[in-house]
Amino acid sequence: MDQFAVKVFVRLRPSVLDPAGEATKSASIKLGADGIKSLRIGKMIEVKIEGNGENEVREKIDLLCDRLFANTVIEDYEYSLKKL
Amino acid sequence: MDNFTVGVVVFPGSNCDRDVSWALEGCLDIRTKYLWHESSDLSEVDAIVLPGGFSYGDYLRCGAIARFSPLINALDEFVKSGKRVLGICNGFQILTESGFLSGALVANKNLNFICDDVELDIVSSKGGWFNNGDKKQTIKLPIAHGEGRYHCDSDTLKKLVDNELIALRYKNNPNGSSFDIAGITNEKGNVLGLMPHPERACDGTIGGTDGLFTLKSLILK
Repeated sequence: MDQFAVKVFVRLRPSVLDPAGEATKSASIKLGADGIKSLRIGKMIEVKIEGNGENEVREKIDLLCDRLFANTVIEDYEYSLKKL
Repeated sequence: MDNFTVGVVVFPGSNCDRDVSWALEGCLDIRTKYLWHESSDLSEVDAIVLPGGFSYGDYLRCGAIARFSPLINALDEFVKSGKRVLGICNGFQILTESGFLSGALVANKNLNFICDDVELDIVSSKGGWFNNGDKKQTIKLPIAHGEGRYHCDSDTLKKLVDNELIALRYKNNPNGSSFDIAGITNEKGNVLGLMPHPERACDGTIGGTDGLFTLKSLILK
């Protein structure tokens, strides 16, 4: 069995308004940071997972992302995977 | 109708289960039975309410974890048999997460938790959930949510409109919902999800009775 460290990024789709991102952008500008064109907030999920090779682990992570980690009606996801 | 029983689902974090049960039993004399979320036996109930609250602490997304409970797994067959399911607030969120209703509910546009009475237009008579007979085209119900902004893509919205699946629309959109949507049904009409709380408007002494009709309609066949 191989063990992998996976980082999953879940983001609101570009078409979905992100009011928390907008509020944070507004605070960033008040802090004095200029030049911010866009700020959107997502989630990062770290998973350590075992499996027989990368392909099997990718299948498991795809299932998790599609059915649980992200709601694909409003969110997109991507992930990176590192063999431990 | 004497034996008609409405199942009120209890998740860890549900907090409107007792209100729903009180409204059904105390105001409408309809028998209720609490259903723990780990139960998958729906044989003793004739209709189901998924009440409001914060199932599983709203972890990950509202309704996302509840979707995997044994009870929600058993709901598919229940819905296919034509029996009625009402999802209120968090119950609506669970119904969209689990795919019984289309779209999704996301954080309110102004990020506030909104607790208020709102006026709603009854749009569709699908499923007979609302009294839109002669005059009652507008009702007033309480809302209490932080993540009640209905969102769907344009194809889904067209489908909702074309098939008359939009049940309720806000008169003055409080949360930024697409197309002012406050509640929708499935195509068959036996599943309704809405953000407003009909169970909190079932007695004149606590602010109105516009919710009675919707709860009473649970006993429709």
